[in-house]
Order: sequence, then structure tokens, then C-alpha cells
Amino acid sequence: MSDNTAGILFIASLVVALVLTHKPLGDHMYRVYSGVRHSAVERVVYRLLGVRPEAEQKWGVYARSLLAFSVMSLLFLYGLQRLQDKLFLSLGFPPVTGHLAWNTAVSFVTNTNWQAYSGESTMGHLVQMAGLAVQNFVSAAVGMAVAIALVRGFARKKSETIGNFWVDLVRGTLRILLPIAFAGAIVLIAGGVVQNFSAPHTVTTLTGGVQHITGGPVASQEAIKELGTNGGGFYNTNSAHPFENATSWTNWVEIFLILLIPFALPRTFGRMVGQLRQGYAIVSVMAILALAGVVLTNVFELSGDATVPQAVGAAMEGKDVRFGVSNSATFAAATTLTSTGAVNSFHDSYTPLGGMMTMFNMMLGEVAPGGVGAGLYGMLVLAVITVFVAGLMVGRTPEYVGKKIGAREIKLASMYFLVTPVLVLVGTAVAMGNRAGLAAMLNTGPHGLSEILYAFTSASNNNGSAFAGVTVNTPWYDVALGLCMIFGRFLPIIFVLALAGSLAGQAPVPESAGTLPTHRPQFVGMVVGVTVIVVALTFLPALALGPLAEGIH
Amino acid sequence: MERLPGWLRRHLAAIRAVIVLTLVTGAVYPLAVTGIGQALFHGDANGSIVQKDGRDVGSAIVGQNFTAKDGAAVPAYFQSRPSAAGDGYDMQSTAASNLGPEDVVDVLPNPAGADKAAREGRRSLLTQVCARSREIGEREGVSGARPYCTPDGVGAVLKVFPFAGTPTRVVSVNQACPAAPFVAEYRGVKVECGRPGEDYSAGRTVPVRGEVTGVRVPADAVTASGSGLDPDISVAYAELQAPRVARERGLRPDRVQALIRQNTTGRALGFMGAPAVNVLQLNLALDKE
Repeated sequence: MSDNTAGILFIASLVVALVLTHKPLGDHMYRVYSGVRHSAVERVVYRLLGVRPEAEQKWGVYARSLLAFSVMSLLFLYGLQRLQDKLFLSLGFPPVTGHLAWNTAVSFVTNTNWQAYSGESTMGHLVQMAGLAVQNFVSAAVGMAVAIALVRGFARKKSETIGNFWVDLVRGTLRILLPIAFAGAIVLIAGGVVQNFSAPHTVTTLTGGVQHITGGPVASQEAIKELGTNGGGFYNTNSAHPFENATSWTNWVEIFLILLIPFALPRTFGRMVGQLRQGYAIVSVMAILALAGVVLTNVFELSGDATVPQAVGAAMEGKDVRFGVSNSATFAAATTLTSTGAVNSFHDSYTPLGGMMTMFNMMLGEVAPGGVGAGLYGMLVLAVITVFVAGLMVGRTPEYVGKKIGAREIKLASMYFLVTPVLVLVGTAVAMGNRAGLAAMLNTGPHGLSEILYAFTSASNNNGSAFAGVTVNTPWYDVALGLCMIFGRFLPIIFVLALAGSLAGQAPVPESAGTLPTHRPQFVGMVVGVTVIVVALTFLPALALGPLAEGIH
Repeated sequence: MERLPGWLRRHLAAIRAVIVLTLVTGAVYPLAVTGIGQALFHGDANGSIVQKDGRDVGSAIVGQNFTAKDGAAVPAYFQSRPSAAGDGYDMQSTAASNLGPEDVVDVLPNPAGADKAAREGRRSLLTQVCARSREIGEREGVSGARPYCTPDGVGAVLKVFPFAGTPTRVVSVNQACPAAPFVAEYRGVKVECGRPGEDYSAGRTVPVRGEVTGVRVPADAVTASGSGLDPDISVAYAELQAPRVARERGLRPDRVQALIRQNTTGRALGFMGAPAVNVLQLNLALDKE
């Protein structure tokens, strides 16, 4: 079989698997978030938390609960890193330095999982397992909770409340993430991913050299790292490391886990608003953008169009043999289209246009299909903007899924969309304008700018992957990117929850001749267009100075 | 609880939620996975350790150097890919090179340089590729020539001055004097060799492809992997090395070819990934012969 045919089959098999899981998983999540019964375990958890699961929350209370939880998570994770030498399983590592601990805590609480550290030489097993992996679960559950709250905004009629944050958090963690991660972890171990608590085991190699075989509870973290679209690797080289991603088929499993929940959530949305076709429209937009992203990344990488790949004969720098170029490119696209940020190959060494695609995928705003939860709420906000734009063009009252899109709604949606471009472009500009910012570049010229632009794009969109040559473990970058991650995560969440509250309070408008149908291919095409145009207008000038300048001779 | 103000109640619930969820997802879950993993897949869960003569020599899924103490390749062994992890295949500092696709201009070592960085210089990714190709070509007795590389194994790159317009000065920027430039003339201008310490950044960078066809050294042999721990090489790179290994060990070439085939993993299910030869396993099999 030729390399290209194999690469196409790899993508096609992922599509088939996602189509097959879309319905059962989407329906399962619908039942999880809509059900009224609490399991015995959950009842115990609520009692321990001291919350009443029946109490519904207004959007403000929901948001404040979410923020309180995130602040406490941040403090806990910061403390755990700072005190790791005093606790067990530290492998003898010293406390993580202050600015790095802040950056890492922010990074994992915001579902970004940007890694300014090298796992195998910084973090002991306890921090990885009870700190980082825990946030992999709960930050994902927070993202899903926000998405569900927004969907309730569309689904409810004249309601003051949008659900209970604690219930959504606990159910998302215990009923969705935990069982799938558990199964995924066992499958990964069967493929060779390690799961133990050993300190490095020193061996003498065949030619008398020394190698320290590292250990750790990797598989349990790897599974949720992909499933929760987190991306922070146990080791520095992330999913390229054989102990995180042992074979070509574990690579398939990991990409599948990344895409699983984001592509199933639109089904949950359709079920909750009582119109499955609305969910199909949303998933179609995601699928079109995602397929385009995957195919283009593959095309650019396989073409190997740059001096070094031409000299080599293939874009193999930074890629492992067992994955090959095509499957590496597919992973790169999947990880940047969702807000995962795990990598199985190193984007810094990608061809200029291949590297640009990974950036462009993130710049879409992490909506195709985006992070768990974050992708759905981002896409729904885009749909709101689209009905507004369409309404302006043809003079119809903007409505979406039976709710009027008035001045307040469109203001919230617009503010949502301004946050990340502002953070990315201002952040990059500030970095380019001061010495601490410039010092981080490994490569020079346009490629150096790409490294910085990538870093701010990745942090602000809560992706977490990197053009990893950039030296970001400096106080300046730890703080700057930490702020981008916090604002890039929580400002949009607040706007989305406010939007949810505003929508939930409305009485539904009956469909009329003036209603723009939002389930037809025409609407799907419009959302795709709005997404691409908004991104192109915002980021094209910056891309022109970086990857385009490098890639076009 | 109920009498406390709302904000305080919320933060107490948040602290408790962090603790409870940490116990569930940060202790019970990983311990349960470890228990099952260790019971069902003991070898895999512990790093697929392989032994020789009853002694642990590495992991079946992690690459290692097959070099002598001085860093020279041991000719009786198949060689792994280049690695950017520490001094090569260091599991405690895994890394990729992260060098970009247009990283083609070296900083020539300058003995009179002001600091260590200037004295040591810096080899671009292109020059690293060319140098590896030349070295491997010599080791395997084939041509190590490839596009964009000079015969002396550095990147074939010119700096042309001025940046735009008719060239007045051209430097082969990666070839330190007194090397003979790989081309004598560029658009009518005589090409100079590169002088260490001189700043050529104002010139236009022109990589020169050259006329090389039929490249013998495969792509994976001249590039560093993503993990820095790549356990595999391509089938082509294994076949390139086979005659040398057979000669060094006094084995019949078809026996070595058979061992390569035995240690080749095809695509999973026929379409996932790329065919790969596990170097450590292959070398262990050779040692058993």
C-alpha cells in the first residue's frame, strides 16, 4: 500500500469511528446532563461538598461557583508543586520555581496545558497524578458544564436559572470522563504505554552506555490528556515519546480520544433543544472545517516544500518513523483543531505552510470541533453571530433555535470573539517590542516571529502546543502567557454564561416565514464562511509576516 | 453551612470539591489503572524491558545509541537515527531539535570570538543534515550526496549582496575559509568562502539545489526524531546498513536480511503508521547469532 493511500485510510477510519460514536455518546451525555436522579456515589460527593444538588443557579451564581472552583484548583496545584519535595513520590525533584509553578497551575486549570517545563526532570509522580491529571479531568468537565449551560439557555423557556455548576461538574467527571478514560488507559497499556510508580531504572545498553528508563503513572494520565483535550505530556516530548504513544495504533487511539467528545456534543445539543437537525448542522460545520484542516496540513507536510525537507527528501525532522509524515500531520491537525495541544511530532520543524496550518487551526477559535465543551459553546456563539450577519443582509430578525438575538446577546457574542484576537495580537506585539520577549526565539527571521505568534495563539486559545524551540520558561513569558491563558479562558466563559442567562429568560419566538432556517446546508455554509472570514481578517497580517513570508519564495 | 453568606459557602464547597475530586481522579483512578495494568500487561506497564544474558539492556520500545565511549558508531551494530535528547537517547531530557525548515545559515566557529557561543559557532539544520548524510555515506560505502548540500558536507547556501538588484558580492556562507566554494561563480560574480566572525545577515539567502539525483541515504537517517527516543529506522535505512553489519559479523547477507524482516513492524491493520525496523531488537537478534 502506498504511503498516501495509507494516510487517507487512516483519516477515513477516524471519520467512520467518530460517526459511529457520535450518536450513542451524544445521547449518553444528554442523559447525564438532563437526568434528575443522583447516583449513590454522587449523593455522597454532594454531601461532602456541602451543596444541594436540586438547587438551580442563576447565571451569575453559576459563574461565581465556577470561578471559585477554578481559583481553589489554581491554589491547590500551585501549592502542590511548590511543596513537592516535602511530599512523597517526588523522585527527589526540588520544588518547582515560583513563576513556573504559577504558569503550570494556570495552564492546567484553564485546560491549556502549555508546558514551560520538562516533565521528566521537573515533576514528581505525585504532582503529575494528583495535580496535573486531576485538572485534566476537572478542567474538561468545567468546559462541558459551560457548554451545557449555554445549551440550556436555548432549551429553557422563561427560566431564571441555567443549572447547577456542582452537579454538572461532578456528573461530567464521574459519568463521562472517568469511564472512558479508564477504558482508554487500559487499551494504551496494552499497546506499551507505561503505568507504574518506579523511579528511573538504570540499565547498561548493548554498547556499554547508560540509559535511565523512566517510569510513572503515564497511561492513566495519557488517556484523560487526550480525552479531555488537555495535552500536557507526562514527558517533555509528549505524545511522540514511546512511553506515551508506543505504536502506530495507539496513535490512532489517541487521535480518536481527542476528537471523541467534541464531535459528540452537538448531538447532545440537538437532543437538549429538541431539534436533532440543529445538532447535525453544527456538527457539519465542525466536520467541514476539521476535514479541510486535516487535509491541508497533510498536503503541505507531504509536499515537503522548504529547503531542509527538500534536502532531506521528506519532512522527517521532528517526526518518528512509526508514525510517518502523514499520521503525524493528522495528529497535528487534530490537536490544534481541538484545544488539545498534545503533539506526536514537533511543529517548529514543520514546513512553513504546514506549520501555518497548525496555527490557523487554532486561530479558528478552537471550534472545529474545539476543546471538550469549549468547542460547542464557541461554535454556538459563531452561529449566533452568523444569524445576526445574515439578518442584517436580508432584513430578517435574527433568531436562533427559537430565541431572539437582540442587542444584549450580540454584544456578549461580539465580546466573546474579541478576547482571543486581542490577547494574541497585543501579546505578540508586546513580546516583539521588548528584550525579554525577543530573547526566547530559537530560530531567526520570519520563523522566529512564528514561534512567538504561535506561543500567544496557543496560550490565548487554551491550546497548549508550541513551536517548541521557543524558550518560554522565563519569568516574563511565564507571567505573560499565564495571563493570556487566564483571560483567554475565563472572560469568554463569563460572556457565554451571561448569554446563557439572557437566552434562558426569553420566551421562545414561534417560527415564522421570517425565520432563517438554521439547519439547512445554506446555513452550514454561512457559518463556515463567517468563521473563516473572521479569522482571515483578524490574523492574515500577522501570518503574512511569519509563515507566509517564510513559505513563499 | 446554610447560615453562612453565599460567597463563603461557595468557596468552602470549591475547596471540598478540589479535595474530593482529587481523591477520585488523582488517587483511586490511577491506582485502579495501575492495578489492572500491572496484572494484565505486566511487561508493557513496566516499560517493555528487554534483557540480554539475564541483564536489563533497555526498553524494546525506546531507542538507544549504538556507539562506543568516544561517540563513534560501533560498526557491528545497526545504528539508530540522530537524536536531540541530551547527548542522544537520554530519557531524562527528551527533546526534538525544533529547528525550522529554513534554518540553513551556520554561524561559523570563530576562534577569536568574544564568548563561548561565538567560538563554538552554530550549525544550521541544513548543515547538520548534510554532515550526517556525508558521514553515513562514508560509513556505508555509498554516496552521501543530497540536494542543497556541498560535497564537503555543509549546506549549499549563498549570501548575495546587495539584498536586491544585481549581485556585487557572493559568499558561500557555510564554507569556512580556506574551503573552496561549491560553485565558482554566481551570476557572473566570483563566490567567496565564508570568513568566521563576519556578519552576513544583510545579504539575501540563496540555497542552491545542485544536480544531485538518486540520493542513497534515506530521510530518517539524517533527521532527528520528535521523541528523541525513536526506537525505529526505516526499512531503507536498515537495508543500507545490512552489508556493513554482515561484513563486520561475518554473517551471510541473506541471514541479516531475514533478521531485518523479522524485526520489521508493518503498518498496524495494514494502514496505520509506517513500516519500521526496531533497532534494539534487531541488534539483540544479531547478538544471538
